Order: sequence, then structure tokens, then C-alpha cells
Amino acid sequence: MLKVENASRTFNNGLAGFKDLSFAIQEGETVGILGTSGCGKSTLLRVLSGLDAGFEGDIVLASLGERPIGMIFQEPRLMPWLTVKENILFGVKDKKSVDVQEYLNLVGLSEFGNHFPKDLSGGMAQRTAIARALIGEPSVLLLDEPFSALDAFTKMQLQDLLLEIQEIRSTTMIIVTHDIDEALYLCDRILILGGQPGRLEGKLSIEEAKPRDRGDSNLAAKKAKILDVLHIE
Amino acid sequence: MSVKTDVNEIFEVKEKKAIKVNSEWKKVKGFALGLIIPAVLLIIWEVAVRFSLLDAYVFPAPTTIVQKIIELANEGTLWGHVGVTFYRVAVGFLAGMVAAVVIGSVVGYFKWFEQLMDPLIQAFRSIPSLAWVPLFILWMGIGEASKVMLIAVGVFFPIYLNIVSGIQGVDRKLIEVGKIHHFTALQTVRRIIFPASLPSFLVGLRSGVGLGWMFVVASELMGASQGLGYLLVVGQNTYSPELIIASIILFALLGKATDFLLKTLEARALKWQDNLQNQF
Ligand SMILES: Nc1ncnc2c1ncn2[C@@H]1O[C@H](COP(=O)(O)OP(=O)(O)OP(=O)(O)O)[C@@H](O)[C@H]1O
Ligand SMILES: [Mg+2]
Repeated sequence: MLKVENASRTFNNGLAGFKDLSFAIQEGETVGILGTSGCGKSTLLRVLSGLDAGFEGDIVLASLGERPIGMIFQEPRLMPWLTVKENILFGVKDKKSVDVQEYLNLVGLSEFGNHFPKDLSGGMAQRTAIARALIGEPSVLLLDEPFSALDAFTKMQLQDLLLEIQEIRSTTMIIVTHDIDEALYLCDRILILGGQPGRLEGKLSIEEAKPRDRGDSNLAAKKAKILDVLHIE
Repeated sequence: MSVKTDVNEIFEVKEKKAIKVNSEWKKVKGFALGLIIPAVLLIIWEVAVRFSLLDAYVFPAPTTIVQKIIELANEGTLWGHVGVTFYRVAVGFLAGMVAAVVIGSVVGYFKWFEQLMDPLIQAFRSIPSLAWVPLFILWMGIGEASKVMLIAVGVFFPIYLNIVSGIQGVDRKLIEVGKIHHFTALQTVRRIIFPASLPSFLVGLRSGVGLGWMFVVASELMGASQGLGYLLVVGQNTYSPELIIASIILFALLGKATDFLLKTLEARALKWQDNLQNQF
């Protein structure tokens, strides 16, 4: 579905960004990307989403539907002049065909549809952004640390929400995260980046069936492995 | 038991009322405080004129000025003067605004057009607008055209500058959200750039209107047969300071009214803004 070959995107004379990345992602797969701060994870998502065309190498996206790519940014990026409801509907072409209230409920903002972003907490704003991405029903969803601004409890709820959506729509997802447990809970495969510019430092498959038990001992073993890879760097 | 709750309820209600009255009282008090000095000065002024401490031919008493305004209103000429001045400002303002919106939008949106046009516009901006007066009179005569033109030129620059900086200041991150949703250029302008630069545009409108009033005075001083500026000239020539001060007061009232209108518009259009004014 998505194939990246020897892709590089560097800044500062090759001292930042990412370099020589190659990987492939199957349809319906959830892939996590872990890595230290500044190793080019956000840059990679920008390249994949088409926002940044200044890369080298090959990126092939196959057989995409009408709504190819959705993205949840590291920040909420809401339009301050639109209410929560209008923000969620921002990219929707036919506004009557969708049920906003359903998405408001989904992210726990049923009472806040008519509030402006200035009246939201950071976590609520991020949840609005999540609803905005989900309502487009994209076939590929790119997520840049989507839950890092949320409390542990909401985070878990939304992780389960992603799992549900993934199961219903078999969305292909690429999740950038700093949270190893989150990656282990959600992903079929984890890519570990490191260095500046970032390169692929390790790969890891997780075959366990979802939903997984957060305290699973196999996952704990994998976590140790990941920590190992991150520490070598 | 039930008696006890009753007492509690009464107590609560009483407290709430007290707080509300208190805040309203504070508002009134703040407003009244601002009126004290002007009122005292007016009384001193009036008394000084009455007791001939001030020469009434130089400093007409406040009551004389008010009488003058009422007299003009009764004669029926007042509305003509006010109407003409207002009309000039309105037409000049609209013309200047339309030009500023069109040119400012293109300059703000297209980098190459900015490089093409901005040096020229900046050069024109450094000319004090009143310096145009003789040229406009030569070109267009002393009639309405030159007056409206002068006002339009004065109104143009603040609006233009605010539109350009508003458009250029739109957060790239918001534009990227549009790109993710495959917005066309037109959609990006209409749904992101326009609302995001609206606050800056409204600031431009307000300072534009202020300048519009300033330039209407200049344009009417340079020759007019009607208008508040014309009354200033008449007051000077017939040695009637009360007429001059009456016109000044009318200018102040009109200017304040248009500014208030725009301010209300601004508050309505920008209630989403996260600033000090929207906090309560
Ligand atoms: N447009 C740009 N111009 C110059 N340098 C850039 C640009 N975008 C990103 N960089 C640099 O590329 C590097 C990687 O940035 P990126 O945002 O991809 O990091 P990240 O892995 O997402 O980090 P974090 O985990 O902190 O979000 C940084 O050093 C950043 O300064
Ligand atoms: Mg990042």
C-alpha cells in the first residue's frame, strides 16, 4: 500500500531531518514510529502526507480511495474562529452526510459543540483535532504524537477508540509517539529511528492479537528490547 | 429543620444580589469619576465667562456654544452641513477601502506581486498625504472629486498595510490543515486566510476611518461651500468662535459615532478571539 525507498529529507546541510529510510506498509496495518526528539519523525509524516515535497527517493502510495490521507498534527491546529463543531466539519465536503454529534460523543465533547477553541483545554482541543481527522474516514491516517497532551485515562480511552476505528474501517495508520507502551498497545510493527539526521535503527513486529492486555509479559519483553535499541544510540 | 433551610436560602439570595449590585455600582462609579474633571472645567469656564474673567469674544461660554448648535439645527442648515461632510467621508472611505482591499489582498497573497508593487507603494506612503492637495485641485478642480480623492488616499494606507500584514501573518500551520484536506487556492483564501486576517483588517478599518475624518477637515478647509469644515472657515472669517467650537464638537461626536460603530462590528465579528477584552 505504501512503499518508501531510500527517502531522505534533510535540513541544515544534512544535519537534521531523516536519511535513507526504506520500509513498506501493508493495507490495514498499524505502524508505530519511535525515536528521540529531533530525529525527523514529524518531518517524515510531513513528507508522507504530501505537505513537504522537497524529499529525495521514492514514495509510492497505491490504490487509495477518494479520501486518501488524514493527519493529526502534533498540535491541535484548530481554526480559532470556528466552533468545535465547525472545526470538526472543516474538511467535510457534504456537511449533511455526516453526523457531527456522533463524533463529538466519540471524543467525549458532546457538550462542547458550540464552544470556541479559546474556551477549550489543551486536551479538549487535541480531541477536537482527532475528531476532525476521523470524520473524513481516510484510508491512511498519519498521527503525530496524537495523545501526548492528554491525561493517562483519556489517553487510554482514545487508544481504544483508534483500535475500534481501525477494526471497523481497516484504516492504515502510522503513529509517531514517544510512549513505548502506546506503540506496543496499538501497533503491528514498530520502526525505531535515531540519530541526526534520523536513520532506521531497528524494526520490531508484534503479533499479539488486539485488543491487548496492557500488562502482558510478552509486551514487557519487547519494551526492554526497544529500550535497548534506543539506548545504543 | 425546614425553617433552617429557608433562612439559608434567603441568605444566599441576598449575597448574590449584593455582588451584582456591587459590580454595576462599580461601573457607574468608574464612569462618573471620568466625568468629574470635565464637568468642573465646564462650570469654571461658564462662570469665568459670566463674570467677565474671560473674554466672551475669544472664549464663548459653553451655553453659548450649545445655543449655537441648537440655533443651527433649528435653521435647518445643520443637517445639510453634517450630511455633506458625512457623505464625503463615506464615499472617500469606501473608495479607499475597496482599493486597499484589492491591492492589499494581491500584494499579501502573491510574493511576486509584493516585490513588484510594494516599493512603489511604500514610496507613495512616505509622501505626507496633504502634499497631494494642490495637485488634486489642479487635476480635479475644487469640487467633490478632489475632496473624495484626498480622503480616499488617506484611508487607503492604514487599511492596505493592515491587510498585507494580516495576510502575511496567517499561521502556516493552519494553511497546512487546508492542504491536508486538498483545498483549492480559492477555498484556502475564503476559509482560512480571510477569517484569519479579519482582525487585522478591522484594525485597519478603524484607523482608516479616523484618518478619513482628519482628511475631510483638510479637504473642506481648502475650499467648500458646505460641510462642517466650511463652518470652521465661516467661523474664522466672521469672528465667531462659538461656531468654530460648535463644529469641532460635531466633528468629535461624528468621529466617535463611526468609531463606536466599527468597534461594535469588531466585537461581534471577533468574539472568538482569545484576548483580554473577551474575558469576563
Ligand atoms: N522546515 C525546516 N527547516 C529547517 N529545519 C527543519 C525544518 N523542519 C524540521 N527541521 C529540523 O529537522 C529536525 C527534525 O525535526 P522533527 O520535527 O521532524 O523532529 P521530531 O522527530 O518530530 O521531534 P519531536 O519528537 O521533538 O517532535 C529538527 O532538528 C528540526 O530543527
Ligand atoms: Mg515531532
